[in-house]
Amino acid sequence: MDARRASLNGREAISEKARRPLGQWRVALPHAPGRLAWYRMARRALLPVVLLALWQYASTAGIFDPSFVPSPMTVLRSWWEWIFGPRSELAWYSGTWLEYVWLSAWRVLVGFAVASGIGISVGVLIGWFELIKDMLDPIVQGLRPIPMTAWLPFATFIFGIRESAAIFLIAMGSFFPIVVSCTIGAEQTPKNLVRAALMLGTSPRMLLLRVVLPSALPYIFNGLRVGLGIAWVLVIVSEMLAVKGGIGYAMWTAYQFVRIDLIIAAMFTMGLLGLASDRMLLVLNRRLLRWNTGLRAR
Amino acid sequence: MEYGAAGTLGQSAAGRIECQSVRKTYRDAAEGTEVLALDGLTLAIEPREFLTLLGPSGCGKSTLLNILAGFEKPDAGKVLLNGIPIERPGPDRGVVFQDYALFPWLNIQQNVEYGLREKGLAKSETHAIAQRFLAMVGLSGFERRFPHELSGGMRQRVALIRVLAIDPKILLMDEPFAAVDAQTRTILQEELQRLWMQTLKTVVFVTHSVDEAIYLADRVTVMTARPGVVKAIVPIELPRPRDSTSDGFNHYRRAITQLIEVESRKVFAAAAS
Repeated sequence: MDARRASLNGREAISEKARRPLGQWRVALPHAPGRLAWYRMARRALLPVVLLALWQYASTAGIFDPSFVPSPMTVLRSWWEWIFGPRSELAWYSGTWLEYVWLSAWRVLVGFAVASGIGISVGVLIGWFELIKDMLDPIVQGLRPIPMTAWLPFATFIFGIRESAAIFLIAMGSFFPIVVSCTIGAEQTPKNLVRAALMLGTSPRMLLLRVVLPSALPYIFNGLRVGLGIAWVLVIVSEMLAVKGGIGYAMWTAYQFVRIDLIIAAMFTMGLLGLASDRMLLVLNRRLLRWNTGLRAR
Repeated sequence: MEYGAAGTLGQSAAGRIECQSVRKTYRDAAEGTEVLALDGLTLAIEPREFLTLLGPSGCGKSTLLNILAGFEKPDAGKVLLNGIPIERPGPDRGVVFQDYALFPWLNIQQNVEYGLREKGLAKSETHAIAQRFLAMVGLSGFERRFPHELSGGMRQRVALIRVLAIDPKILLMDEPFAAVDAQTRTILQEELQRLWMQTLKTVVFVTHSVDEAIYLADRVTVMTARPGVVKAIVPIELPRPRDSTSDGFNHYRRAITQLIEVESRKVFAAAAS
């Protein structure tokens, strides 16, 4: 009797599921509650944990030469000292981590802010006004193919070994993906939305603010994310070659002192910084683009 | 009413539209040819009239509506609203689009308030007006939803009250119910008729459905195949609300279907040759 009821319940559950509209399936998948969430966390952590364990095992078992490839524990210990160690004349790195993180993050922030400000306004204007497109687009398209690293000698020559060289490079590098993305976004403004706004009394001058800019927001955010990634690349490059201080500078110094443990610690640091800044942008994206979520497949 | 012109029902004078020998060609980008969409169309639409434009696809009925809205300019001829030439889009002519054209980044409340804000009304006023109109079409409680969270029928209701809220002289509707399912369509037709009877605005309604045209219209304007001119104007003398299964309705259905089939055949013949 119980078994029959169970199977009956099972059948009901299936038909209940089958009756659900497609949209609910979509929502049910990524937000599974409770036990399933733990299961997914574990699934995500599995490969990184296994790789770390293998690395540790290979180091202690003597498969890796410890003077060549340090063990994860060595990296962790050096990283700890880099963060929390006492400042000292004898160890250049000890206790400098926070200062270097701050220096790198500050450069990225300033360069990226400049690039976003100019990139969004110029990009949207190019995408919306034909006159501005004809005047500015050739310059943008002409300079864009020059690889950002190719600007480095020029930037250091003009600005010297100073902050401005690094910030110029970062701003320049993240400007291009932002401007291109914003141009496309403005160009893609649906015609009927423009017509609707005009019909409802929006003046042609206000269209840019009322329709073009909000409609381009998804594209703008895409551009910002790509630009931010490039900003982190360029902060390392410029700190290795053009300015003092920062994670890139630490990485280069560690290289010269043959400290692969610190190089790896610096790499992880960069990974975390990049991830954290990208997450921040994503949170902003979700808040501003709640209206856009329904258009995603998942 | 205490709200002034905007937000009231049928307070502003209804508009009279005159089209005199309107001619419009456009470039077919794919074919690289000039297409004559309207060839000397003449038509007068009386104040408070509900006029439907019926014709085979591609006959220029949407082109005519775009010209009335001010989105496009005629190559020749005159288009007048209460004697004044129509030159650009404006809030005296409310347009309801087939694809709704709601602003996806604004919630329902903000969408309805959009035109009122552009008129410069205070926030408290726009809020009250929007609430009233939302209640009128049974959408109270959906204020904070975004357009993508609503069904097609609900979106079209929002699009309709968004323009009714700014109290236009004319309502221009371009196959507004073509994208919703048949049941919703019937309900929307009834709602539109009810709102129109309350407001008595001049309405120009483009459709390719004979039943819809007869159900709603004071006069059904049948257009020829491209280039479009007026083939026939059929006044519908049936009391409202109309029963689409009645003999009288059938009489009109038969007559208008015959008129339109001739034109549809021309389109097919032209496509085949």
